[in-house]
Amino acid sequence: MRASVKSPVLWVSLLFAFLLADMQQLRAPFGLAFPGVQPEIFDRASFIEMFWSHLVLVAVASTAATIVGVGLAVFVTRPAGRDFRTLVNVAATIGQTFPPAAVLALAVPALGFGPRPTAVALFLYGLLPIVENSIAGIEGVPGAVREAAGGMGLSRWEILRDVELPLAAPVILAGVRVSVTIGIGTATIGSAVGALTLGTPIFDGLAGNKLPYVIQGAVLVALFAILTDLLFARLARGLEVPWSR
Amino acid sequence: MIEIERVSKSYDGFTVVDDLSLSVPQGAFCVLLGPSGCGKSTTLRMINRLVDFDGGAIRVGGENVRAVAPEVLRRRIGYVIQSNGLFPHWRVADNIATVPRLLGWARERIEARVDELLALLRLDPPTYRSKFPHQLSGGEQQRVGVARALAANPDVLLMDEPFAAVDPITRDALQGEIARIHRETGKTILFVTHDIEEALRLATVIAILDRGKLAQLGTPLDIVENPRSDFVRDFVGAQGVGLKLLSVRRVGARMRVGEAAEGKPIAAHASLAEALGEMTARRCDRLAVADAGGQVIGALLLADLVR
Repeated sequence: MRASVKSPVLWVSLLFAFLLADMQQLRAPFGLAFPGVQPEIFDRASFIEMFWSHLVLVAVASTAATIVGVGLAVFVTRPAGRDFRTLVNVAATIGQTFPPAAVLALAVPALGFGPRPTAVALFLYGLLPIVENSIAGIEGVPGAVREAAGGMGLSRWEILRDVELPLAAPVILAGVRVSVTIGIGTATIGSAVGALTLGTPIFDGLAGNKLPYVIQGAVLVALFAILTDLLFARLARGLEVPWSR
Repeated sequence: MIEIERVSKSYDGFTVVDDLSLSVPQGAFCVLLGPSGCGKSTTLRMINRLVDFDGGAIRVGGENVRAVAPEVLRRRIGYVIQSNGLFPHWRVADNIATVPRLLGWARERIEARVDELLALLRLDPPTYRSKFPHQLSGGEQQRVGVARALAANPDVLLMDEPFAAVDPITRDALQGEIARIHRETGKTILFVTHDIEEALRLATVIAILDRGKLAQLGTPLDIVENPRSDFVRDFVGAQGVGLKLLSVRRVGARMRVGEAAEGKPIAAHASLAEALGEMTARRCDRLAVADAGGQVIGALLLADLVR
């Protein structure tokens, strides 16, 4: 991945890396702005540790949502699964309408405190954009292309693997991008039920009335989400350039 | 080569192909002709089993199409459709190589075949090999579509209105190419169109379909000269075929031998269309006709054109 000086990816990653590794450098300005708060920088856990845990949480939930979401989309666009298309759409929409906080409240009794209920909430919440985009992407493959593929003797599996999925890939990727970006923000609420994320300083700050912690957590989460989105944008461009118009 | 025997197909009680029988001999250029909804595309698609038929039997090269797996059958039959259906994410060479790759050909053999086909379709291989379909004109895309269908050297080529979506000039060129390819390769071609002029130009045999039934089977001249029903007459006549006929018939076949006329004679091997043009230009209704040696041998009257 090339990173030119003009690229926002470079600057955002540098800033993000600096804040993660060495937020302590900002002790003085935080101390000036919020004189009553001690210590000035959140220190119950290291930012790198929280970032890593946050990343793993989102990665696990998004990977599962992508596999299940694309799988469901493939299923309902086959002749055998066509009847389930509406059902799957409704189910995914409900998953998204349900507030993640409510999912957490319901999941904690079943799964206990910690990252697991958060992963479930993120998974459900992230499913809809992936399912919807995958269906749209697969259905957007021109009929003539599918017809020609069948007419030349590609099997159904070969049509899916060599024609439908590659052609739908940019649209599917756009869905994953939305899902992951939202997931990074949403994962912060996991800290309310004991998952270690960049939301942890936010919740601590809110509980202890320590605004600098809220700011430190929030800025890092925002940078994390922006950086991820930029990387997805780059990936999407790489996917589209060779053949799209 | 292709035998269709008492085949029927209906959708929700609506009969699209009705007890159709048709035999296409090896090396024929058979055009399935008819108005939209006559079942010609369905018939074509039943041969490679993109559509499953209800009753009857279809054999290709003596083999029942139901006796082999559809994928295997289709890899042996070339298939070209109207909107070319090229894979937009594959380069021209990869598109053409689709079936050879499915058949597991060696890479060198595939590359050689791709270049051979590009040349056959008059596309310069180094220029076109690595282009993407969207970088080609409509006519070029259709050429690649034809090359792709020919890639694994199938004995039979099915073409479903392949040139209907290109402009008239390109269509004319493509028709010339497919006629040449048919002459050069001797493939058996089954070609669907609703364009009577295209059918007359390309076909060695025309099958006219009407509501799923065979209305008439014959050579192009036969179809035009001896329409067996009002449907065929209307369909063939409806598309301004008269002038087309004048241009394929010769003065010598219509002239009155021994009769005389004034003015510069017209050649006996000239077409009736040329004769009509000459009469119009000279404002006369009678032309002298000369043989190849320039000797006047008879006369052609305006009335003879429509006889």
